[in-house]
Order: sequence, then structure tokens, then C-alpha cells
Amino acid sequence: MSTRAPRWGRALVGAVPLGWLLLFFMVPFIIVFGISFSQAQLSIPPYAPLWEWVEGQVLALRLHFANYAFLFTDALYISSYLYSLKVAAVSTVLCLLLGYPMAYGMARAAPATRSLLLMLVILPFWTSFLLRVYAWIGLLKNNGVINNVLMSLGVIHHPIVMMQTDFAVYIGIVYSYLPFMILPLYSNLEKHERTLLEAAADLGARPWKAFVRITLPLSRPGIIAGALLVFIPAVGEYVIPSLLGRTDQLMIGRVLSDEFFENRDWPVASAVAIAMLLLLVVPIVIFQRYQSRTLVHR
Amino acid sequence: MIARRSIFVPAMLACGFAFLYVPILSMIVYSFNNSRLVTVWDSAHSPTLKWYALLMQNEQIMGAALLSIKVATLNACISVVLGTLAGLVLARFGRFRGRTLLGAMTAAPLVMPEIITGLSMLMLFVAMERLIGWPAGRGITTITIAHVTFSMAYVTVIIQSRLANFDDSLEEAAMDLGARPVTVFRRITLPLIMPAVVSGWLLAFTLSWDDVVISQFVAGPSSTTLPMVIFSKVRLGVSPDINALATIMVLIVATGVVVSALWLRRLERRRWREMQMAVE
Repeated sequence: MSTRAPRWGRALVGAVPLGWLLLFFMVPFIIVFGISFSQAQLSIPPYAPLWEWVEGQVLALRLHFANYAFLFTDALYISSYLYSLKVAAVSTVLCLLLGYPMAYGMARAAPATRSLLLMLVILPFWTSFLLRVYAWIGLLKNNGVINNVLMSLGVIHHPIVMMQTDFAVYIGIVYSYLPFMILPLYSNLEKHERTLLEAAADLGARPWKAFVRITLPLSRPGIIAGALLVFIPAVGEYVIPSLLGRTDQLMIGRVLSDEFFENRDWPVASAVAIAMLLLLVVPIVIFQRYQSRTLVHR
Repeated sequence: MIARRSIFVPAMLACGFAFLYVPILSMIVYSFNNSRLVTVWDSAHSPTLKWYALLMQNEQIMGAALLSIKVATLNACISVVLGTLAGLVLARFGRFRGRTLLGAMTAAPLVMPEIITGLSMLMLFVAMERLIGWPAGRGITTITIAHVTFSMAYVTVIIQSRLANFDDSLEEAAMDLGARPVTVFRRITLPLIMPAVVSGWLLAFTLSWDDVVISQFVAGPSSTTLPMVIFSKVRLGVSPDINALATIMVLIVATGVVVSALWLRRLERRRWREMQMAVE
């Protein structure tokens, strides 16, 4: 296939998806980058053009850095960025702590059980993300299922406030992103040679030690891929904090959406997006490396 | 962990699955509750189907569901074509100019925060409308384009990893026998990757069916998808008809996933038998 298809034919096959992604994925970022240097004004669209022909002959370029200066001086933005990073980091660690033993158990199960367990992990991922987050409102609110059960058992006498807390956001993110952590871990752990652990046991290593010295280092690519699949989207998460999270401390995704929908300030919204992207560039590049490497190894 | 089966791993598995399924189950149970206060069980009048009946009469929800089905179907069909092409190029065409770029651009949408994708897509549509007059206004076209852009990335990964499981010896053999590239693709490659194409289609459909953030940016005032309706209702708190809607959706998806898994497994077995016979 690779050698004998005519050159133009191969180019055409590649050009279609590449063209689509260039136009609808790459170009939009360039536009957002441009708008982030523009100035908000009352017009349609609500921003000033970046360049203009002055008297029909001189091209005047007007770059406006105030939007970025604004981001770095206003405490609201900085605290939202830091808060988003914290929420994403804590949720990623929690996901790993729950997901690793689950993936490990699945990889060690009998083959028939294994495919059943795999299906059980994937199934929630197919059902609406929004509705699964919604389900937690019914469980966590003051007169929700958890509080009702605990109160009727007499464990507590006053409802525990769980909604609109950091705790609720962690629960929501871990719950929604858990399959993204488990699947790369599982596909890594499944490939491990059992004989390595047996050899370690023969040489007198305790199971725990064998795990720390052999399984854990071997599963590093799975851990990194899973952690990035959770961490990167969690930083920009919008739906979960909107439904379950605090109202006094917003995550950056919510700030962006408010700038856009409430204040109709497109340039500042674009600057927020670009700043978020800059925070995420390093993890995204690492993710791509691992993504292509795991595909090659398969 | 080999010599002595520890209780820790099975216990974590049980807790993990409970964590995944208890919220969904509780949502289903309370959809049959008579009380408007969703989580207070009204044992005198429950179970009841009244929320399901109310749901069917809700024209806003029904209209939005119809739009969502249209967008999701269109999106799945386009994404499968583009994703298959991209997966084929990445897995089979070796090194060529633009490969790194294509690889990067099919991986990035997998992790890109939706809010950034949504904002930038809208900015593009606004700029394009000003420059060339298309797309005129926002609606089903803009939502579909935006959905395809991130869905095709998922399809690409599925196709690419499926193709990585086979070497290209069958394709090479067909070429040696004089088949043209298009014939090779239709007769050899496509049947090989068929399970991946089907699961790619289904995944693209659900991704679109679920999306709320990107749709919010690129939808026009007259085009509201089902997740957008749900989101605006849910922000005001729990409501029993949403529980009923969730139950229906969960049941449809669960049936669909189980049926397609069984079907794919059968397809796989048949192909395996044919391969064995060909070898013998």
C-alpha cells in the first residue's frame, strides 16, 4: 500500500483530514491569539480590528497588550488559575489512587472476568457526562440521599454540607475522568510479564517490594498517560464546578465563560484562553509524545 | 501479590465499581419517585411513571433531542470518514512531510479543554462569516463542524491502533497480485478495520450527543441541543423529569453498548476463523 499508490493519490488521502484540522483546529487558535491583542468595543463583532489602512496606503498594526497586563494584575485571574491547577492536581492524584488498584485488579483477573470488568469501566463513559455529574447533586445536597441515609441511621444529626465545596468538585472530576485513568493503566499492566514477579518472589522479595521495584516502574508510561488525560482537561473544566463547585472561588474555565457570555469582552476571554493554553503546552506536548510512543509499541 | 492473594485489590475494585454505579442507580430509582422533592421518597404514591409522561409532553426537550440526534448522526458519519483517512495515513504511509503536524493535530483535541475549543471555533465562524459570508448564522452546520473537529481525533486513534495490530502483508500481497490501491482498501483494509470503524462511529455519536460546552459557544439562538437544555435546567437544581430522561438515556446506551460488543465479538470470531482457514 505504502509504496505503489500514486503520489498524488496518497497526498489527496492525507490532505483531506489535514486540511480539515488546519482550517478548523489550527486557524481558530491563530484568530483567538490575534483577538487577544485587540481592544473591546461596542460593535459587531465586539472587538477592534488589529490592522487598518490609514489613508488607503499605510497599514497600521495596533497591538493592545492591556488584556494580558489585566490578567496579571487582577487578583481574580491569578487566584482562579492557581485554584484550577490545585483542583486538577488533587483530582489527578485521587484518580490515580483509586484507578491504579482497579486497573491492577482487572489486569490480574481471569480473562473472562477481565472483559466484563473492562466493559463495566467503559459503560459509564458512554452515558452522558452531564447526567452523571447531575446524579451527584441528588446524592450530595443537604437533603440528598447521603445525608438522608446518615441521618436516618443516626450517625449524624445535622446534614453535612457537601455541595458547593472543593470536596464536591473532586468527587465530580474523579467520577467523570476515572475511566481515562484506568484504561491506559490497564492496557499497560495487562502486558506485564508475570514471570518477572515470580522471579522476584523466588529470589525472596516480598510481594510489596516486588510491586514497588518491578510493577510500579514498568507502569510509568501508563501512569503518565492516565494522569495527563485527567489533568489537562480538568484544568479547564467548566461543567463540574458550575454544577457542584464553590461560588466564591471560580475555576478558570468559568472565568473565561463569564468574560465571554456575561461581559461580552471577547479580547479578555481570548487572552484568558491563551494564558490557559500556555499553562498546558508542556503537559500537552508530553502527552503527544507518550501517545505516539504507545501506538508504536503496540 | 502472587503468593498471598491480598484482600486489598478486590476491595478497591468493589469500591471503585460502587463509586461508578451507585450515583447512576440512585438516579434511576428516584425517577420513579412521586415527590417533586426528588430525593425524599414518597412511599405512599411511588413507584410512578408520571415524570416519564410529563417528559413526553415537553416539546422543548423533544425538539432538542431531535436536533441532537441529527447533529450526532451527521457528526459520526463525517468523523468516521475523516478519522479513517487520518488513521490510515498515520499508520500506513510511513514518514512524509506533514506527518508530525497531522499526528500532533489529531492528538491535541483529545486533551484540549473544551472551553478553549468552543471559544476558538466561534471566533473562526465569526471571522469566516465576515470574510466570505459562510457559515451564515449559527446552527446545525456550525455545531456539526465543531463536533467533527474533536470527534475525528478519537476515531483516528481507534483506527490507528487497530491498524497497528496488523502488518501490511495482506495489503502488500494484494498489490503484488495487481490490485489497485482503492480496491486494496475496499477489499482488504476496510474489512480488517471494520470493528474499529463501527466503534469509532458509536464513540463519535456519543461524544456529540453529550457535548454541552462547545455547543454553547457555536449554537445559534434557535438551535438548542439536548445537553444544553439539560444543563440550563440542572443549574437550577434537581428536577424529577431529568431523572426520567437520564434513565431512558442510560438504558438506551447500555443496550447499545452491550449489543454492539456482542456483535463485534462475533464479527471478530468469524474473521479469525476465515484467517485460520486461509492459512491452512
